[in-house]
Amino acid sequence: METAATSSLNELSHPAANAGFWQGVKDCVPTLLGYLSIGFACGVVGRTAGLSTAEIVLLSTFLYAGSAQFIVAGMIAAGGTMYSIIVTVLFVNIRHLLLSAAISPYFRSFPWWKNVLLGSQLTDETFGVAVNRLSNDWKHRDKWMFGLNITAHINWIAATFAGAYFGAWIPDPEAYGLSFALPAMFIGLLVLQMAHRKQIRTDLAVAGGAVVLFLAAFTVMSANLAVLTAIIGAACIGMVIEHGNQT
Amino acid sequence: MEIRPEFWLLLLGVSLVTLLPRVLPLVTLNRMQMPDWMMRFLRHIPVAVMAALLAQSLLTEGEALIPLTENINLIALVPTLAVACFTRSLLAAVIAGIISMLIIRLFL
Repeated sequence: METAATSSLNELSHPAANAGFWQGVKDCVPTLLGYLSIGFACGVVGRTAGLSTAEIVLLSTFLYAGSAQFIVAGMIAAGGTMYSIIVTVLFVNIRHLLLSAAISPYFRSFPWWKNVLLGSQLTDETFGVAVNRLSNDWKHRDKWMFGLNITAHINWIAATFAGAYFGAWIPDPEAYGLSFALPAMFIGLLVLQMAHRKQIRTDLAVAGGAVVLFLAAFTVMSANLAVLTAIIGAACIGMVIEHGNQT
Repeated sequence: MEIRPEFWLLLLGVSLVTLLPRVLPLVTLNRMQMPDWMMRFLRHIPVAVMAALLAQSLLTEGEALIPLTENINLIALVPTLAVACFTRSLLAAVIAGIISMLIIRLFL
């Protein structure tokens, strides 16, 4: 396969113009470990909250959002009403608006049903991998994105199932250093993005701004709302800096 | 392996409110030209998202801030960041992170 040639290069290199589904599967591999451990924990938490294994798998299939699934489990355990759970999940996942909007310029030429399918499996990790790779002159980016998405989704379903099924026998799934797989993934994605964009000073200000804003916002609101606040605020900081550079 | 009847309604609700923000921009922004300021705003979203999520995963545990002096994540951050900068490889960064944390847990 022609795509094999690209895999030996570093991850910044552009995939061949004809790279498609299987390259997407391959590009998903580095993110699998991080979500395997989180998904396992999510399955365990779901069971302790009183969800059945079938219910956990259904949530992973149709809700498919890590932090929201933890919150659903927590609120069910705490006896939250259905209405309050749905509204909370809406707020937790509203940041996907920004992710979806940010990749939309790359999918202008595709039919709406394809964008519905690709968008329905959009997560922080697939977004992080995709923004490093996508370009408008790459023909099979839809197939690539689908390969990336479906791999991440299957991994998530399998991980939460394993957590729900075997969780009771494993005392501490966060031990063995796996707890750091997710932060390490975000570190890697952040570094890749900055290297890819070549505007390091603006990006460092945006990243630093996001961290400071998150910490400030977290003193007065929930972690998930603080993340949303930090994202919007930091992107505004980036706009202001760019504007200052131009004038 | 039972599924409670009221669970279906909950599943439908949470799935729908998650699906809409994921899909709507991809479908609607497709049909119209985005204003220039919006494009410039969105260009900063990837770095902002990853930095904010990194801050959350490094510095908090659930809804609590991990005290800075007890936060071993910050120790593991250093070698992981170094490997990520040096190799520019996501897989290398994740493996370096896991090994760093494994070693830190062994000694602390």
